[in-house]
Amino acid sequence: MLGILASIIDGVLVGLVYGLAAMGLTLIWGVMDVINLTHGTMIVAGMFALYLLAAAFGISPYFTLPPIMIGGFLVGVALYWIAVHRMIGRPPLMSLLSTFAVNLVLVGIGTAVWGTALFNVDVSLPGITVGRYTFPGAHILAAVLAAVIAGILYLFLHYTRLGKALRAVTNNREAAELVGIPTTRLLAIAVGCGVALAGVSGVLIGTLFPFTILSGDGYQLKSFIVTVLGGFGNPVGALMGGVALGLLEGAVTPFVPVSWTLVIEFVLFVLVLIAFPGGIFASRRGAL
Amino acid sequence: MLRRPFFWIITLVIAAFAVSPLIGNNVELRESLALAAVYITLASNLNLMLGYAGYINFGSIVFFGLGGYICIWLVDAHSWPLGYSLLAAAIGVSILSLIFGLGILRLRGPFFALSTIGIVEGVQAFVENFKPWGGSSGIYISPEVFKPLGGPGPALWVIYFLFVAVMGASLYLSYGIKISKFGLGLLAIGQNEDAAAILGVPTPRYKALCYSASAFLPAIAGGLYFFKGAFIQPSDAFDLTLSTEAIVICMLGGQGTVSGVALGAYLYEELRGYLLTSSTFSNFQLVIAGLLLLVIVLFFPSGLMGFIHSRFPRTQKVLE
Repeated sequence: MLGILASIIDGVLVGLVYGLAAMGLTLIWGVMDVINLTHGTMIVAGMFALYLLAAAFGISPYFTLPPIMIGGFLVGVALYWIAVHRMIGRPPLMSLLSTFAVNLVLVGIGTAVWGTALFNVDVSLPGITVGRYTFPGAHILAAVLAAVIAGILYLFLHYTRLGKALRAVTNNREAAELVGIPTTRLLAIAVGCGVALAGVSGVLIGTLFPFTILSGDGYQLKSFIVTVLGGFGNPVGALMGGVALGLLEGAVTPFVPVSWTLVIEFVLFVLVLIAFPGGIFASRRGAL
Repeated sequence: MLRRPFFWIITLVIAAFAVSPLIGNNVELRESLALAAVYITLASNLNLMLGYAGYINFGSIVFFGLGGYICIWLVDAHSWPLGYSLLAAAIGVSILSLIFGLGILRLRGPFFALSTIGIVEGVQAFVENFKPWGGSSGIYISPEVFKPLGGPGPALWVIYFLFVAVMGASLYLSYGIKISKFGLGLLAIGQNEDAAAILGVPTPRYKALCYSASAFLPAIAGGLYFFKGAFIQPSDAFDLTLSTEAIVICMLGGQGTVSGVALGAYLYEELRGYLLTSSTFSNFQLVIAGLLLLVIVLFFPSGLMGFIHSRFPRTQKVLE
């Protein structure tokens, strides 16, 4: 019984990081109704940036967060101008295809450069031991950092002019434009923030698990599930969705082989979409 | 249907596929055309969802892979003849996809697209854990199974003609659906699903039927493909490259057109053959497919046929 409890607590810790990853996805989704299919690859890009920076400069993995956040933002802005800008106002099919195409290019280049070998970043932090169970320090620190970054995002969206403008664009783009908000620039910033979040969560996940260039698909699917659980376009809900997914993973892991977890999560994804088309924690549309 | 010129154009294309490698017993041409036939089969069945109903299916490879698995398993473990195995594979996969379809097609637009990605992951995880199908190491079949077809050499010719037949059936099916009431309903869904539902198109049923219909022939193609290689394993059967290429082909030729998809498949196959021969590019196949798709989506969303139709309006009447 205690084992299951420990597994669930660990699941919640990891779930917070998944929640952070899903925030990046749901931010873009909420602001411009575009599903970013490069999301998984951006998470992996964060992991590889972590690996390269940590290996090259020998710095602690956690100090790579600020440069990767800035780099992710710039990549996101570029992504907006390349693949998303011309798709605004066109059928959703088109933006799915354009981000999918960019994803193919990135995965192709990544596979050509790094192959599909397994990479690993060593983090040795003292864990917290309760009875027979030890919670790894990396998991705890990653969860705390994810919560802090999510908190910063919340403050940014609610207490800065730029964040408020972003929420205005989410609610009604035309009205936002009428009151003088430069919407195009804000859409680019939103994609930038979304990709930066994906990169940062990639760093945190990279400190927890080994990864390959193709790991992105699984994490992208998790992000979608979290988004569906938490409600679309609702970053705070995404964090709660992440915790819910973590709870589920923690409760399921002791009983089924690891390779089935994703299948169970996917079934849950479809069931939730059918039962609660707006997401379980959805308050109202565009509640950014 | 027999009176329409396009029907005869399809028939001519099929005849050309069937006859041209026979001239001079050209095995190299046969292999290249076989691949083109697989591409045309996958792309034109994907087109039923993507081009007609406007629903993007990222996981069309599941039909191909599952069809391959069911066929190989029946041939290997139950010693069924190839014909029955192919048929059983196609029917099995269609029924499965009808069940999947009734579930996930209640989701609309992007959510459907997302769940098709999940279906690939789910089915692959299932097959990797499914012991009768050899788990992650797959199934080998012994060369013995080629005996009823006259040994490995002639068997390749039989398989080639079956590939061409499946391709032909795909083209006729695409065209037949396009000129039917069912096809009109699908095109209406593609343009505006709410309006279609209000006008009396039974949208959930049509979508599920379309999804299931688009599974039948790719399953046969998958069975043939892996029978030819005498080996199947999860990473080959559910290789997302092939379903990605099918999407690129659909968009290249022009989504929603029958001839465009066939043309796109042929062109893509030629381009791919050219890229594979130069060693610099063989690693970058995905990159090039991605760049091609991006350029098409950004600048030519209606593809080659859209370009031809707008340049030569008369072709609209002949080339569907």
